[in-house]
Amino acid sequence: MSPKEPGEFPEVTPGTDPDATDNLPENTLPVEPGALAPEVVEVRRGMFGVEGSGDTSGYGGLVRPVTMPGGTPRPYGGWFDEVADSLGAALAEAGLPNAVEKVVVHRGELTLFIRRADLLGVATLLRDDPALRFEFCSGVSGVHYPEDQGRELHAVYHLLSMTHNRRIRLEVTCPDRDPHVPSVVSVYPTNDWHERETYDFFGIIFDGHPALTRIEMPDDWPGHPQRKDYPLGGIPVEYKGATIPPPDTRRAYN
Amino acid sequence: MTTTQNDPYAQASDTAEGRVFTVTGQDWDSVVTGVAEEGEERVVVNMGPQHPSTHGVLRLILELEGETVTEARCGIGYLHTGIEKNMEFRSWTQGVTFCTRMDYLSPFYNEATYVLGVERLLDIEDQIPEKAQVMRVLLMEINRISSHLVAIATGGMEIGALTVMTIGFRERELCLDLFELITGLRMNHAFIRPGGVAQDMPPGALDQIRDFIALMKKRLPEYADLCNANPIFKARLENVGVLDLAGCMALGLTGPVLRSTGYPWDLRKTQPYSGYQDYDFDVVTWDTSDSYGRFRIRLAEMWESLKIIEQCANRLADLEGAPVMVADKKIAWPSQLAIGSDGMGNSLDHIRHIMGESMEALIHHFKLVTEGFRVPAGQAYVPIESPRGELGAHVVSDGGTRPYRAHFRDPSFTNLQATSVMAEGGLVADVIVAIASIDPVMGGVDR
Repeated sequence: MSPKEPGEFPEVTPGTDPDATDNLPENTLPVEPGALAPEVVEVRRGMFGVEGSGDTSGYGGLVRPVTMPGGTPRPYGGWFDEVADSLGAALAEAGLPNAVEKVVVHRGELTLFIRRADLLGVATLLRDDPALRFEFCSGVSGVHYPEDQGRELHAVYHLLSMTHNRRIRLEVTCPDRDPHVPSVVSVYPTNDWHERETYDFFGIIFDGHPALTRIEMPDDWPGHPQRKDYPLGGIPVEYKGATIPPPDTRRAYN
Repeated sequence: MTTTQNDPYAQASDTAEGRVFTVTGQDWDSVVTGVAEEGEERVVVNMGPQHPSTHGVLRLILELEGETVTEARCGIGYLHTGIEKNMEFRSWTQGVTFCTRMDYLSPFYNEATYVLGVERLLDIEDQIPEKAQVMRVLLMEINRISSHLVAIATGGMEIGALTVMTIGFRERELCLDLFELITGLRMNHAFIRPGGVAQDMPPGALDQIRDFIALMKKRLPEYADLCNANPIFKARLENVGVLDLAGCMALGLTGPVLRSTGYPWDLRKTQPYSGYQDYDFDVVTWDTSDSYGRFRIRLAEMWESLKIIEQCANRLADLEGAPVMVADKKIAWPSQLAIGSDGMGNSLDHIRHIMGESMEALIHHFKLVTEGFRVPAGQAYVPIESPRGELGAHVVSDGGTRPYRAHFRDPSFTNLQATSVMAEGGLVADVIVAIASIDPVMGGVDR
């Protein structure tokens, strides 16, 4: 989806309810045609995390698409539109008209999906533009969606404007085979440790960070522990004669 | 070498980086003589990893020219326990049991920010019963007092004011007694649950809270008498660990450090949650941007917390018997609890109901206990004002019965980054004061 005019955010099919996913019975049914499609990030099969056991219960045939809230059409409501207008104008002026890939308004929170190449430019504008003035960054948090092809790793930033008393969220994605995201330490120095932590736990490489090293794990630790493909570990525990398996091998409910 | 040979705890050894001294106690003389022999002014001191006092396991790497710190760096990670990862393998309700253990001096805040995020995703924010809201505020404010008491107590101990420590922990004990009475535990309560709180107020709790308020009103002035105008205390704290507003903004500092610059930013006022807009209290600021200002802010905030606790007690008196859990039974589990001979468990009435009266109830009980409830897909971030600043949980759900990701933005972690700025250019002794004024809790830093 490319914007029609410079500075305009991508148009999304109207008639959509950002909470549509929630209304589905246990989020298991596909969305009705015509409604705004929530984004499918993964499709899970079976139940209880059991595979190849000759399960005859019927649960093995279950299919559950994992969907995240889809894009939201205008108007976003409240001050969200003001922020979007100001940011759109500032981005057009700065020559970054396509920086915002998608806008999601969900549960009263505004999320802007930013093209990763433009992250630094967007962050600078958000901090400095008098109408935006997001002078405070609450750090970055990583999320790993191993089945979301080409967008496996997400870096999520929470910004706060103390001037206008507003909060927004920026989300940047990068593929697993090229886990690079520009560092915003030059704009928000507070992200120094936060980016090191996200690198440590997810392996996202923040280009331009002054000293991107591990921060929580030992320097020679192999792997990035909070990725979904990294096992939790643990040993079986015996209690009153019964053996309780480690948590990551217990029954799971997709 | 001759200077250190007699002391088994302060052996010197030569390495590629230079001469290394190991110091573990009162053996500074050997180091001073040893360094003098080297004829070098620049010394790199590795302090820790242990706790410089009670803030947790922190490692400081200080580069000294004489007694002046030219560079200061923190080494953290010694208390990393993988709480965030573990939460991805438990149900939404069980998550509270994990996150309460992060910042062990403010457990209720860890629980509250996570639970507020889960409730936003469940879209039940306006269905939380009033009594649960008031109880959350009550517990959080008692917790603020106990946390500030530890900050002041350990901060005092670090500069040699041992009486501040003993009286600080004496009063903290009163707070922990109240926690034990209300939640059953002194720490790691797991009491604030998605949908409300785990239990109603026990009988007689309000009287104890009123006694506590009365006693604290007598005891809190002791801290002011002991410290506020104490020349030694002031000499150690004033103009130490200075960080102005611009520095706080850039480094993301919040809480008493930010308010010591004179900026009245307190999420309880600016972005109220849990009904804080209904309470009468003031945001305390100071204008010196130094450690002394932060101490005075903590002292004054305890008085404000007492004001809030008093209002909570009055409101709770009118809410006798009101529900403390959301009406939706699927989220409210486990809410039919009672104390039995073997501790707290399902109430006998509830067991009678599911075992003897209703098959449906049994099925629901089984499903909710083994599987838990589902939370609609999406993400939420509901920060709250912890004693140390902005504490927020980034909660992500994939529509399942477990958190897909829970990340905590802990104020200790962020604030500790200011160590370099606060300590460099000052004296070694001031590093301790500066860090104490940040009040980092390593359990929260490392999670």
